[in-house]
Amino acid sequence: MNDPIRRLSVVALVLIMALMGGSTWIQVLNAGSLNDDPRNVRTLYREYGTYRGPIVVDGIAVAQSAAVDDPYGFQRSYTLGPVYAPVTGFYSVVYGRTGLEQAENTLLNGTSDALFWSRLGDLFAGEQQQGASVETTLDADLQQVAFDAMGDYSGAIVALDPSTGAVEAMVSTPSYDPNVLASHNASAVNDAYAELIDDPGDPLLNRTIAQTYPPGSVFKLVVSAAALEAGYTPETSIPAPDVLDLPQTEATIRNYQGESCDTNAEGRTTLADALRVSCNTAFASLGMSLQWEGIERMANAFGFEDSFDIPLTVAASQLPDDPNAPQTAQSSIGQYNVRSTPLQMAMVAAAIANDGVLMKPYMVSTIRSNSLQVIETTEPEVYSEPISTQSASELTDMMVDVVANGTGRSAQISGVEVAGKTGTAETGTDAPPYTWFVAFAPASDPEIAVAVLVEDGGEGATGGRVAAPIARQVIQAALSGGQG
Amino acid sequence: MATISELRVHRGRRAEAWLLVLAWAIAVLARGLVDYHADFLELDELGWYALGAAGLAAVLHVALRVLAPDSDQVVLPTVLGLIGVSLAEIRRLDFAYADRGRDTDFGDSQIGWVLLGALAFIVVLVVIRDHRVLRRFTYTAGILGIILYLLPAVPGLGREINGAKIWIGIGSHSLQPGEFAKILLVVFFAGYLQTNRDALALAGPKFLGMRLPRMRDMGPLAVMFAAALLIMIDQRDLGAALLFFGIFIGMVYVATQRVSWVVIGLVMFIVGAVAAGIAFPHVGARYDAWLHAMDPDVYSSGRSEQLVRGLFGMASGGLFGTGLGNGRPDLVPYAESDFIIASLGEELGLTGLMAILTLYVILVQRAMRTAIGVRDGFGKLLSAGLGFAITLQVFIIVGGVTRLIPLTGLTTPFLAYGGSSMLANWIVVALILRISDQARRPAVRAEAKPETTPAARRRPDLEEEPAE
Repeated sequence: MNDPIRRLSVVALVLIMALMGGSTWIQVLNAGSLNDDPRNVRTLYREYGTYRGPIVVDGIAVAQSAAVDDPYGFQRSYTLGPVYAPVTGFYSVVYGRTGLEQAENTLLNGTSDALFWSRLGDLFAGEQQQGASVETTLDADLQQVAFDAMGDYSGAIVALDPSTGAVEAMVSTPSYDPNVLASHNASAVNDAYAELIDDPGDPLLNRTIAQTYPPGSVFKLVVSAAALEAGYTPETSIPAPDVLDLPQTEATIRNYQGESCDTNAEGRTTLADALRVSCNTAFASLGMSLQWEGIERMANAFGFEDSFDIPLTVAASQLPDDPNAPQTAQSSIGQYNVRSTPLQMAMVAAAIANDGVLMKPYMVSTIRSNSLQVIETTEPEVYSEPISTQSASELTDMMVDVVANGTGRSAQISGVEVAGKTGTAETGTDAPPYTWFVAFAPASDPEIAVAVLVEDGGEGATGGRVAAPIARQVIQAALSGGQG
Repeated sequence: MATISELRVHRGRRAEAWLLVLAWAIAVLARGLVDYHADFLELDELGWYALGAAGLAAVLHVALRVLAPDSDQVVLPTVLGLIGVSLAEIRRLDFAYADRGRDTDFGDSQIGWVLLGALAFIVVLVVIRDHRVLRRFTYTAGILGIILYLLPAVPGLGREINGAKIWIGIGSHSLQPGEFAKILLVVFFAGYLQTNRDALALAGPKFLGMRLPRMRDMGPLAVMFAAALLIMIDQRDLGAALLFFGIFIGMVYVATQRVSWVVIGLVMFIVGAVAAGIAFPHVGARYDAWLHAMDPDVYSSGRSEQLVRGLFGMASGGLFGTGLGNGRPDLVPYAESDFIIASLGEELGLTGLMAILTLYVILVQRAMRTAIGVRDGFGKLLSAGLGFAITLQVFIIVGGVTRLIPLTGLTTPFLAYGGSSMLANWIVVALILRISDQARRPAVRAEAKPETTPAARRRPDLEEEPAE
């Protein structure tokens, strides 16, 4: 019987080797697709089961994780959720991540290669993998003031430090509370999410960077910059008819409420005066005489048509493609196919404020490991130099005049020279116009550049009436914060 | 037959002692890691565990020195190695369940079962001084085995747990009689086949170049097949039927050397399994869950959810595993029993699983080696049968968990939580070592103890069948 026993033992060996083969298939060869399977909650649990680093504003965590007694292990919570929602985004077991939670995910959850040495340390110390903390450039007071200033308006505020590009405030309203989406109760999250999606106010949208709007008259800053670079001076006389006939069409361009903006009754005005009163006909004709290429080159230097990460991804602001003369005229006053994110307009203001040097915006200053070691710091970076120091200084004076004597008077702050520009972009016959105000201050040594957009300022709203007072509050807060 | 191969025997059981130290170290280290990762490490408690484990190993070692001094030295350390790893994993699952608010003490009660099993091991070695005694109980074992198998079908006694009726309830406890029936049936097959192997080996008609057995000898096979079918239908459990029938086919092959028996048996089983799949919806559902496990409909219906969750766990373990206490094996239902191998695969990785499967290879190969070495045909059949039973059981459950074959509810020997299985497998190992003791006993010493041989001669039932 020994031969069959030997053969049987070979059969036994083969059977167990088949098991080894099966295990190899599952654990190594096919492991990738099993691990990626959306039904595999392990990947999720592993992610949620590690301590996730906080998102910090001015030394205070606005998003943090705490250990809880459920299968996920940690609960994400947001301090002042709606105020910081466009910054932090949400972190949901059902809908994934947005905002910084998404952009800095590998640092927050500790899997980033940048944290390799820190992880190795944890391993030897026998500690669980820990996420890093993400410190933002935001100013907590400023953010709160800006959020409150928006009130019930739907819109956006971006404040930049012109000399570095650091984002100091990022407000988008209406906002939402990320806490409801961070719940581990899937059905509650589903309901809350469905409600947010159905909300006509679109609270999940980060209006500062993810949405583009017709900039209206604030785009005149870009046209002015192009003119100054093309050899114009603030005193250069330019045509400013009451009604501008557009070539090749029956259409005309008029000024706001049909007003006249010539200063000498000869149908002409200066560049500075045209900007001060936001003269549509003057800028439309200026745009046509400058040619679109010159304006486009200037707009691109300010960042138009570029999508970049701060580290949130900023939507590219748009310019028309090869417009004809009337389209150029329309585009020069920020209508037609010109669309801009609020951040983009803040960048225009910041570049003018910073002697013509545009700094790349960023909102994460430092990454620290859980042992408080600095992993990464963001160094300010030059984005471009769209205009000369000379042009910047001239444009600054023009913008100071806008606030001192022009459309932006409601942004005046006693004792502080504010440089600004209003914008009111028609959106259609029925809807209220988008109102804008971009500004920086103090004009001599700018500490802050800000762009305010209000979507629903109401009937007859203008940038000067609706957006400028909001910008004034933000600037005031920024300057008092700087002193105190 | 009566072929005797001389075995090179290491005397004194020193090798076993060293291997036991290794197994002991693995068990203590594994538990230490589990406690450490659960933030539960108390050195004096771990010390008591280490002391207890060392005591158990020492007692078993001494028992073997006294009761079966010539027996195989690798089997006991292999078994204790498997148990050591599984006790740590089961304890780890207790911690995981506790984290989720479910109070379990699988780990502690499993230690109790291990101790009880070890006691059964010693009792078997004490009571059965010569395995050939068992041959006298061939038919008793057969009948008892069938009764045990069918006990769960008795109304009021049987309990259905997790969809399989393989349990009986005694008070608040439940018992899997199938685990014990397995041993009794191997004893029965060994005795029956040893007596009837000549008839079964006789040549019948030739078919497709294969010599078939005579039709009149097909009776026993038909009976066994019918019994397997009955088990499958009654208990809704493919595993027990496959195990039962597979052991029989394997042992018939050893007894007769006829491949035709294996082919006929396999064909019958496949036909029967397919027919059962068509005839019985619950069996068909099992096939469906196996073939289309990843299918969203099958998964969401819950039929393949446990299987697929186990696969996810093993996949997340990868090559080296998450480490003891660092995975999430508790996400798989029955992670401590049916799916213990998936839990171990997740936390110890493919590397750990290979090591565990290799321990089974070692265990089975020692049983087979014993079968080759032992002198009597009954012992050969018994040892080979027990070895093959372990193989098949491991194959059926681990193959089910790794989706090689449809999933059925068998226990993983020495790893899965559960008293019946632990007890039964200790008895299996005791029997293998008892036979091994005989197989490896040097001829000189056997002659030097004449008092046992004449006694055996006076008992015709213990005598060997005439050689072929």
